[in-house]
Amino acid sequence: MNSSVSLTSREEIEVHRFSWPVSIGIPVLAIFLQVFLRIRFLAILDLPLLVTIFFAVARRRPIPGMITGALIGTLQDAWTGHPIGLFGIAKTIVGYLGSSLGVKVDVDNPGSRFLMTFAFVLIHRFIYMAISLQLVGGSEAWIWSHTLLSALVNGLAAVVLFAALDKFKLRN
Amino acid sequence: MENFFSRYKNPLALMAVLFIQVVALATQVKRPESARAGNTGSGTRLIRVWTVTAFTPVEKVFVSTGRFFREGWHNYADLRGIRQQNRALQDEVARLQMEQVRLKQDADQARRLQVLLDFKENFITKTVPAQVIATSGTEQSRLITIDKGSHDGIKPDMAVITPDGIVGKVKDVFRLSSQVLLINDHDSGAGVILEHSRLQGIVKGTPLGELQIDGIMSDEKVEAGERVITSGGDRIYPKGYAVGTVIGATPDRDNDPFLVIKIKPAADLNRLEEVLVITEMADNSRSAASGPAPMRAADILSQRLPSVPKVDPNAPKTPGGATANVPAATASPTPTKGNKLVSPGTEQKPGGGAGSAKPLAAGTGTAPTSSSASKAITEVKKQPGSGGATAAPASASPKPTPKKTKAPTVAPDATTPEQPATAPTATPAANQEKPPQ
Repeated sequence: MNSSVSLTSREEIEVHRFSWPVSIGIPVLAIFLQVFLRIRFLAILDLPLLVTIFFAVARRRPIPGMITGALIGTLQDAWTGHPIGLFGIAKTIVGYLGSSLGVKVDVDNPGSRFLMTFAFVLIHRFIYMAISLQLVGGSEAWIWSHTLLSALVNGLAAVVLFAALDKFKLRN
Repeated sequence: MENFFSRYKNPLALMAVLFIQVVALATQVKRPESARAGNTGSGTRLIRVWTVTAFTPVEKVFVSTGRFFREGWHNYADLRGIRQQNRALQDEVARLQMEQVRLKQDADQARRLQVLLDFKENFITKTVPAQVIATSGTEQSRLITIDKGSHDGIKPDMAVITPDGIVGKVKDVFRLSSQVLLINDHDSGAGVILEHSRLQGIVKGTPLGELQIDGIMSDEKVEAGERVITSGGDRIYPKGYAVGTVIGATPDRDNDPFLVIKIKPAADLNRLEEVLVITEMADNSRSAASGPAPMRAADILSQRLPSVPKVDPNAPKTPGGATANVPAATASPTPTKGNKLVSPGTEQKPGGGAGSAKPLAAGTGTAPTSSSASKAITEVKKQPGSGGATAAPASASPKPTPKKTKAPTVAPDATTPEQPATAPTATPAANQEKPPQ
């Protein structure tokens, strides 16, 4: 029944696999670069989020997608001064949604990748803010211009990054 | 039932994972009242310790390697024109030496004045240099990681500075690294003062990583370019350190009569490489007081006023009855810090004894019975119009005590180590009689 609502062909809904070193190394590298490269511009770029989206979409399986998101988010939380779990929860949901979306929509062309990442950055930011304000008692402010700029930059970066990461896919 | 779980396997797994994470998050969130009470909860999360500990060695290697090549290149580049620079530096040293002499005199004077005001100021005595090895990597948290931890004596809430200005404070400490909350984080705050207008406020970070001071009334005049320095009131940052400069002041839309003052940080918080962690601060007033030069205002006063004649412990009581428990020293004790009641004439000097002021009676800390004191007081009685200027005890108050009261026997801490038993602190002359009109 899924195929009736899917916008993808059978070939497009192929589930990709990755080797263990890639599955572990790429997320760790993303977190490492995010915290190690002290470049101001990189702060607007959320490499761990992009990696989460990529793996979730490529695997097209919700449970591995959300577990990947949860692990990456939790590791990212460790470097912030906030309670651990803010990024974890946000990236868990993004991982789940990404893998669910990957089943239904063609997410391998640059345009859809840009739009998908743009939307996921907004969702990620919204979930983070909601948890921060409602559960943790944070005092963050939603700044539309900055959030949209961040979504735009990450969307563009995703097009380039995903194309590079495609090379690590193991095809059957 | 089995069908239900297999059908909704994915959403149920999502719910389960989210539930676990929310519960884990809830255990870290403090109640407002416990946060106010300074309860720091269960400390640093293990996951945070593990992650930082795992990443730190790799980062240190990268930072060290990069630094090695960068410094190698800089060393080579610096050799060019080093002779000319050396000559210029020698001239600068000579100028600074002269400047130092002048500043030392000013500093001595300032210390004396501080002691007179009983003003306590902390100054830095020990710092630990540290290298920045990581950041939080997000805009939601302005945090850096430095390569010094508890092994190097770093503790939470220590101030972190650069020569340009303050950077932040230590938040979490691990064995080999620490996390520093920058002053432009929205959870951060520091007590500041505007250098010229002397307006005080709290500088905070904004969600965009800017610095601003709020809570200053809009009728105050704040000019762009004015320096902002630490006030020292937060007990974290030492007083007088650069925070930044004012770049603009606008009315606060949320709090109408107040201003929002934007600050440009003195330290470049986006390009921090090396910082100093203040691990030890000393109490300036204590060190100043222990030095030979400073004197208390009361000491100066007591030297300028006539002193009390030496008392004779065997002298008989005066008929007026104002003798037995009358402390010989003063009619108006000068209260000092630590709830001590100290007569200016008997202030203890470092080195023991009663210092330059004459002890009015040797004793063990109890109120001495002093006929000389009685005599002195009698003289006051005899010369009511004199105001005690010539014959009254050294620090006698111009205002006589209106009625007879029971004298306290001894100051509460008269026998503390600061106060040797052989030189008792005089107690207030609470039962001094009112002079006849």
